[in-house]
Amino acid sequence: MKAGIILFPGTNRERDMGLALARVTGAKPAIIWHGESELPAGTDLVVLPGGFSYGDYLRCGAMAAQSPIMRAVAAFAARGGHVLGVCNGFQILIEAGLLPGALLKNASLRFLSMDCHLKVERTDTPYTSHFQPGAVFRSTMAHGDGNYFASPETLDTLEGEGRVVLRYCTPEGAVTPDANRNGSSRSIAGIVSENRRILGLMPHPENQVDPLIDGTDGLPMFESISACFATA
Amino acid sequence: MTDLPTPLEAARAKQLSAEFGLKGDEYDRVLTILGRTPSLTELGIFSVMWSEHCSYKSSRFWLKQLPTTAPWVIHGPGENAGVIAIGDGLAAVFKMESHNHPSFIEPYQGAATGVGGILRDVFTMGARPIANLNALRFGAPDAPRMKRVIDGVVRGIGGYGNCVGVPTVGGEVNFHPRYNGNPLVNAMTVGIAQADRIFLSAAAGVGNAVVYLGSKTGRDGIHGATMASTEFAADSEDKRPTVQVGDPFAEKLLIEACMELMATDAIVAIQDMGAAGLTSSSVEMAGKGGVGIELNMENVPQRETGMTAYEMMLSESQERMLMILKPGREAMAEAIFRKWELDFAIIGHLTDTGRIVIRHHGVVEADIELAPLESQAPLYQRPWVPTPKLPVLGAVPDPVGLKAALLTLVACPDLCSRRWIWDQYDSMVGGQTAKRPGAADAAVVRVEDHKRALAMTTDCTPRYCLADPEEGGKQAVAEAWRNITAVGALPLAITDNMNFGNPEKPEIMGQFAGAVMGIGAACRALDFPVVSGNVSLYNETEGRGILPTPAIGGVGVLEDVAQAIGLAMPAGHDLVLVGATQGWLGQSLWLREIAGREEGAPPPVDLVAERRNGDFVRAQILSGAVAACHDCSDGGLLVAVAEMAMASGIGAVLEAKGDHAFWYGEDQARYVLAVPAAAPVLAAAAAAGIPATRIGHSRGGDLVLPNGDAISILTLAAAHEATLPALMRDGA
Repeated sequence: MKAGIILFPGTNRERDMGLALARVTGAKPAIIWHGESELPAGTDLVVLPGGFSYGDYLRCGAMAAQSPIMRAVAAFAARGGHVLGVCNGFQILIEAGLLPGALLKNASLRFLSMDCHLKVERTDTPYTSHFQPGAVFRSTMAHGDGNYFASPETLDTLEGEGRVVLRYCTPEGAVTPDANRNGSSRSIAGIVSENRRILGLMPHPENQVDPLIDGTDGLPMFESISACFATA
Repeated sequence: MTDLPTPLEAARAKQLSAEFGLKGDEYDRVLTILGRTPSLTELGIFSVMWSEHCSYKSSRFWLKQLPTTAPWVIHGPGENAGVIAIGDGLAAVFKMESHNHPSFIEPYQGAATGVGGILRDVFTMGARPIANLNALRFGAPDAPRMKRVIDGVVRGIGGYGNCVGVPTVGGEVNFHPRYNGNPLVNAMTVGIAQADRIFLSAAAGVGNAVVYLGSKTGRDGIHGATMASTEFAADSEDKRPTVQVGDPFAEKLLIEACMELMATDAIVAIQDMGAAGLTSSSVEMAGKGGVGIELNMENVPQRETGMTAYEMMLSESQERMLMILKPGREAMAEAIFRKWELDFAIIGHLTDTGRIVIRHHGVVEADIELAPLESQAPLYQRPWVPTPKLPVLGAVPDPVGLKAALLTLVACPDLCSRRWIWDQYDSMVGGQTAKRPGAADAAVVRVEDHKRALAMTTDCTPRYCLADPEEGGKQAVAEAWRNITAVGALPLAITDNMNFGNPEKPEIMGQFAGAVMGIGAACRALDFPVVSGNVSLYNETEGRGILPTPAIGGVGVLEDVAQAIGLAMPAGHDLVLVGATQGWLGQSLWLREIAGREEGAPPPVDLVAERRNGDFVRAQILSGAVAACHDCSDGGLLVAVAEMAMASGIGAVLEAKGDHAFWYGEDQARYVLAVPAAAPVLAAAAAAGIPATRIGHSRGGDLVLPNGDAISILTLAAAHEATLPALMRDGA
């Protein structure tokens, strides 16, 4: 599988993501500069990693969504390409119109860096196939603007189409207001596109892939990705 | 000699020199060096270079006494940061620096730019920053403005560190009324470089281009270094315009651009523009290299119009660097900086004149011989009086019992959970953080693509330093060494951040001298040299000094990150106390929080015992015999055990070993180890002549005290966690 990580000015979790992908594929993915207008030929997966593109000085992700490379990413997505956006990458996907909704300031109006638990709502996506159905896994969040918001109609559509893939929950798997630290609508932590090939999520499973660092709870996501392209 | 700058009118110059903070005899020396009255720009250059902040004129005499060498030290004090070899051909580059005065005036930006400045000190040497730490001292939480200061400082540290993508992995916080008008914000950065790819600041190569990098220059922070060298008065809030504004996004770009350029062979020398901005960077780079430098100010990228040479030379705008390039590399270097959307401007060149010449649109604004600017900088051996020793505290009765005292202590501001703070710092970015805040005595961060990891900590116990600066100085170093040892790492070196009051007062200078003597003794005994540091004096408000606070940042190494252990105590383990307990309650938190007294001599630091006990504990950890380890510090043994229990949620049954002084005394050189069975560790300790005793066994969900009183760990943790959120409740 050939993955490419987009580097915007201010991106800062590209190395974390590279290590996570390398762990399952054995090869460090290509780093693609935001000013490029084409993706490398044969790209299977595009990743928009976490960080503070353009310092988050405008709305998070709004500037990056206008980068030259995003036209290529949109075209890639339109052709059915796989795109993963984490944290700032999720914000950019939304600003680019590739996923619906908005990410508002956390309800507490503070940056939140802490463990969170995620309930896997469906395992028939390229990103979650290696989780057990109904699985709950621990991850970490590190964001100031991760409060997912959308109109009730959009939320109903997402739910109806089974596009809510990850929800904040307690370690036991209960979806409660206390477990939803950033205040997201319906505890949404991650959603996919209609074709399920674009995933945006706020937490950082790429930081949970190494037993010596913070455990391997996030590894099934990367194993799912790897398996998707191994069999493709 | 070409044109001379236009001198100020003599009486005006004299008056301005006082306003800029130069003493009368210092100004006379300026006149002697120049042989004429200075221009405004020249006066500005002299006043900032000779400020306490840049010249260390009160502290240099003492700092020279600190041990700074060891076989693993690559660069000690004198560079932008200290550099030590950590194995695998790698070097750790680190330093701690204060941003106290700006953080009181404008907490968010003061703290944020403190983080930005220390990051630049580290990456300017070719190191990628891998961790930030901090050491914070706030006033009484209920003091006027204090919540705003705490909130602003924490948001500022997080706002900057989170955005640049360097994890904030550790730190310490104390509260005391003596910081009410002068909180301390000390920021530390640790970076990793190839040991043979360290970049230094000494300029070389007559004719080589002097390049300005980073953000544009504005009128912010003019004379910030001078502000940092005066006491606060009631008008300090009016000084807000001298506080700079941070741009972490520009800093992130600057890091990446520098890393990219540093991978080539283009750079001769590089230094960040920190305090005193373009002045200190150009003077120091040329001075160290023994060359001259000419700058053309119209080429400096400017954020505002109509700036004068004086303003540009004195501006402390952030996220800027000065670099000397090898001939012919200009275009390649510029392309890298343009790619990262940063300013890149050739603003001058090196000369063989030994002078700094500043031109603006062809007009000479300053022309100063560099050598005397440094060699004739003021150096004071300020009068000092030793701090009188306090009597050793006699017996103190226990007014409340062990259980009530424990519930009070774990919730007091100096011991309560810091979660509210670290939850606002991204501690994981980079994907290498093995021990996060709260997980272990020191933070542990692995080096990318290696097994090797660094252990890092910041420590100081100011109440000990006030009571006995020398023992307090020793204790700060010893505690840093212990915290690194307690994760299994080998302590290698420290950075010191000396925060004191007005050095012109002999008793304050006595605190400084005592602390330096204590730090020096501990560094020598523990093979733990000082490789970088920073001095912040005049930390007083309305004539009253802060507690003397020599904050120590320590760095150690683990050959394999898998060897690192934390403090969370698993069930079914014996608890072994290593080190002797006399029951020292003088200056303890128990004495202050339970008995309401701040009295007596602080616990003495036996450096031989520190070394022996620590080396023993580290060997036990590296042999794989220890499941968890925690040093005994604030709050003593029982608080240490409670912290190990709260970290895992597992309780313990404790044995009857002594009275409240045994459990709450703050005797030094002690560790609590959780081990599968006590016997082999006790036997090894006995063989090594080290005091060790079994104090209990971990099990269940309660901490069962020797008198049979039980406290649920959930109750304990709830009290521990509640304090800061209640204090800082949003909107309160």
